[in-house]
Amino acid sequence: MESFAYANPATVEEAVGQLAAQWGEADVLAGGTDLISLMKENLHAPRRVVNIKNIKALEGIRKTAAGLRIGALVTMDELAKSALVLAGYRALAEAAAGIPSPQIRHMGTVGGDLCQRPRCWYYRGGFGLLAMKDGKSLVPEGENKYHAIFGGGPAYFVSASSLGPALVALGAKVKLVSAKGAREVPVAQFFVTPKDGDTREIALRPDEILTEVVVPGAAVKSATYEVRQKTALDWPLATASVALEMNGTTVKSAKIVLGHVAPAPWDSPAAAHSLAGKQVTEATAEAAGKAAVADARPLSQNAYKVTLAKVAVKRALLNAVKG
Amino acid sequence: MKTMELRVTVNGQPRKWSIGPGDLLLDVLRREGFFGVKRGCEKGECGSCTVLVDGRAVNSCLMFAAKVQGCEVLTIEGLADGDRLDPIQGAFLDHGAAQCGFCTPGMILAAKWLLDKNPHPSEDEVREAMAGVLCRCTGYIKPVEAVLAAAKQPAKRATRKREPAGVAR
Ligand code: FES
Ligand code: FES
Repeated sequence: MESFAYANPATVEEAVGQLAAQWGEADVLAGGTDLISLMKENLHAPRRVVNIKNIKALEGIRKTAAGLRIGALVTMDELAKSALVLAGYRALAEAAAGIPSPQIRHMGTVGGDLCQRPRCWYYRGGFGLLAMKDGKSLVPEGENKYHAIFGGGPAYFVSASSLGPALVALGAKVKLVSAKGAREVPVAQFFVTPKDGDTREIALRPDEILTEVVVPGAAVKSATYEVRQKTALDWPLATASVALEMNGTTVKSAKIVLGHVAPAPWDSPAAAHSLAGKQVTEATAEAAGKAAVADARPLSQNAYKVTLAKVAVKRALLNAVKG
Repeated sequence: MKTMELRVTVNGQPRKWSIGPGDLLLDVLRREGFFGVKRGCEKGECGSCTVLVDGRAVNSCLMFAAKVQGCEVLTIEGLADGDRLDPIQGAFLDHGAAQCGFCTPGMILAAKWLLDKNPHPSEDEVREAMAGVLCRCTGYIKPVEAVLAAAKQPAKRATRKREPAGVAR
């Protein structure tokens, strides 16, 4: 690990004062589960690490007029167990609970989950975010069993965020603060699919800190379903988060978002549309799953993920109306 | 490298150590002689390096030591009370729940975190609490049984004496 200076700001103002206009200068440290891995591999070698863990304003979950306000420092463990989250935002609690190690849930934060770098083994192995060699991605003809089945490149990594799909389904926004001011960005636009190796996979700028997530208060039924290889610590192969606005027993409108299948949470309007005006049954849930993967373009080793994604949609829908 | 002063309570004793900003908690604890904190994958995947920070299980390989400024850290060395083993340690002995023993400190500390907040867990809750610690020997059955047994009989196990040092197990 390269040496660096360690800053311990007590306020957001102090913290953003420590950031820089370009990437590489400073990195924000919250739970550390991703940043420390990146620094050990020299993928990130910041000159300054800005520990935001002492900023009290970034803690806590509150109900406000705008909906649920979740501080960036809320841990995955707090999120999974929060009565406020469990009451109206089940998809979110289930997404956080899906991280199977208590140790990681205790350390990992909401802000960190959204800002973590992809786990793609080409990226982690030092081949760059898009794994380009001689103007061509190594992924399509390489080891791609955990890669994207949507999007068609040149980015083939999958977004590592556990909360992203649930937050997109629930219509949440993130608040990003820099020394120049604050802006709110819908989570659906926070994740970006880079077209070149110099772009980040999130809309955060190097001089900004993600301070909170706001999830609008709406009477929706929601659920997240994850498919993983192991029940112990493992990354999901495919996930689905669904949010349903109901009209009695029929679906008024739906939002169906897949995870770990594309460089960003993958919203499927076709699947959502297939449910409008219908009850959620085995048959309609299955049809929605099929619609969700109709455009999937798997790579040489990951066609199995199409089936997993389809089943995840079906099971998430059935769970959402059950509870 | 610029050094900083770390004030931390380890196993009930206040410590003052000089550390670098990039020093990991795992490395600092081992440097200071807490060898029960095991170095496994160093990636947050195996849980061998588990310690409790302010009562919560964390992976010390993914934490800068600077992060525990002012905190209470518990390692496996701090679990026995003098020569009295913690009930979980006693149950691990009784059930043969340690084989090579490499994962055992992490297992026992994850179990301690669980039992401190949930003294009567179900088997599922035990398995979930231990999911962050990999074991290559036991197949998990014996450790899970040991934790469930420790939860049932805390009073009896608390009187168990520590084995004399040097006894091969
Ligand atoms: S050494 Fe820390 S989790 Fe493996
Ligand atoms: S006893 Fe050997 S790894 Fe668990």
